Amino acid sequence: MDIERIFREESGRILATLIRLLGSFDLAEEVLQEAFTAALDQWPREGMPSNPRAWLVSTAQHKGIDLLRRSAHFDSKREELQKIAALKQQLAGASDDMPYSDRTRDDSSDADPFDDDRLRLIFTCCHPALAQDAQVALTLRTLCGLTTDEIARGFLVPLPTMAQRLVRAKQKIRDAGIPYQVPPEQELAGRLEAVLLVIYLVFNEGYSANSGDTAIRHELCAEAIRMGRILCRLLPSQTEARALFALMLLHDSRRNARSGQNGETILLEEQDRNLWNREQIQEGLALVESALRDGPAGPYALQAAIAAVHARAGRAEETDWRQIVALYRLLLQVQPSPVVELNHAAAVAMAEGPAAGLSLLDGLETKIELREYYLLPSARGDLLRRLGRWSDASTSYRRALSLAPNAAARTFLSHRLAEMESKT
Amino acid sequence: MQYLLLIYDKEADWNKLSEADQGAMYKEYGEFTQSIIQSGHHKTGHQLQPISTATTVRVRDKKRVVTDGPFAETKEQLGGFYMIEAKDLDDAIAVAARIPSARYGSIEVRPIVVHNRP
Repeated sequence: MDIERIFREESGRILATLIRLLGSFDLAEEVLQEAFTAALDQWPREGMPSNPRAWLVSTAQHKGIDLLRRSAHFDSKREELQKIAALKQQLAGASDDMPYSDRTRDDSSDADPFDDDRLRLIFTCCHPALAQDAQVALTLRTLCGLTTDEIARGFLVPLPTMAQRLVRAKQKIRDAGIPYQVPPEQELAGRLEAVLLVIYLVFNEGYSANSGDTAIRHELCAEAIRMGRILCRLLPSQTEARALFALMLLHDSRRNARSGQNGETILLEEQDRNLWNREQIQEGLALVESALRDGPAGPYALQAAIAAVHARAGRAEETDWRQIVALYRLLLQVQPSPVVELNHAAAVAMAEGPAAGLSLLDGLETKIELREYYLLPSARGDLLRRLGRWSDASTSYRRALSLAPNAAARTFLSHRLAEMESKT
Repeated sequence: MQYLLLIYDKEADWNKLSEADQGAMYKEYGEFTQSIIQSGHHKTGHQLQPISTATTVRVRDKKRVVTDGPFAETKEQLGGFYMIEAKDLDDAIAVAARIPSARYGSIEVRPIVVHNRP
């Protein structure tokens, strides 16, 4: 009887519906909390209900009505009565026809009566009128059910700061009149961009070596992938959503091969590909292909296609670098950025030799955005190393080391530097 | 002639006032508003919600750019205003985006304070 697991799985769904019914994030959270408390009290004594989700929803709705009656949240008595009537109506219809399933964490393909509300919740949390860090925090808190503490630890932000961020976000939703709805058709793709960005930010935060807490980082990646899966199911025609999901699966498939025994970074070309998760790769490859087939090649589709080329190579030497270069060229057209240019240069170096890559890197030295970016001098050091220019490589690696953002990067670059210095 | 009277002050100072002092200020405003209604000066006027409720809208290359926060450019100056009735923020943003100057400048969308009558 894993109550914690049920709460975690159900909280996003139930909260989404409660927010619609109660018209307030805070009220919905308060009521959900009361329902969980009641479950923790009653279920061990009376046994698990046959349909835990329906039990939680109906309990939450009862408590919602109580709360509405007790609080002074409305401009008029009439509004309060209307809300109570709406809740009662929901109550009458809801509990009996709520399907129960013993699904595992990642939702299956069955339609879910909570889908609409969950979609509303995602789009509201990721509304552009909210600051991006607020979008991320609110999504993780309400949709994924992470605690404020977990989110704070995941993003290396003090707990009170994160708590304030959430409070302000909910205040803005309430005071500025951000509606709780899925955007109309003509705006959906544009608004979806913000949602996908939030999901990808969460994934990258978990994937990067910046945060200290390993457990939280795994949790963030898992939540991002889960959100990606749900989004694909809820918006099947949105190929960029599908592509982002594929991209995350393909990155995550390499999770077990990325770190050495001492936590040091293992580069893609040196990873033991037997440790790659073949199931995730299969799923990811199928999704990329279908995304590219069904829609225009957007930035996520192209990034996923690049990840797919790597995933298909049984050994690093078999990587089709020319394909990757071609894909980066396309990516530069839809998402021009100095970082993409850097990755393009690195791919060119692999396809055409280090000298070709170096001349492209020369062109990037003036980009302001890359001035403090350690991967630029690191890439330069790498190409110089491959050309046997040991002391020039040392200079670049030294610069990269001075800009390295975390311990894993520092360890890696120190090794390279030591290698270079042993040769000069 | 018609004029727009724009009220600038420090939100922090207002927030520091006691409820009694804020109440006193509202009373003064109420009296002032009544008096200019009497004298025929008044057209419309509202307290705005704080900048934490503001959203800025721009249209660049036909794409709508919506960001959290008040207008904060040093190179743009206040050039005009509309007061609208809108269903919600999305509705207000949609209207703001259609203002011709949204293509060159910025439109700040800020909700007004609605005072509840007892």
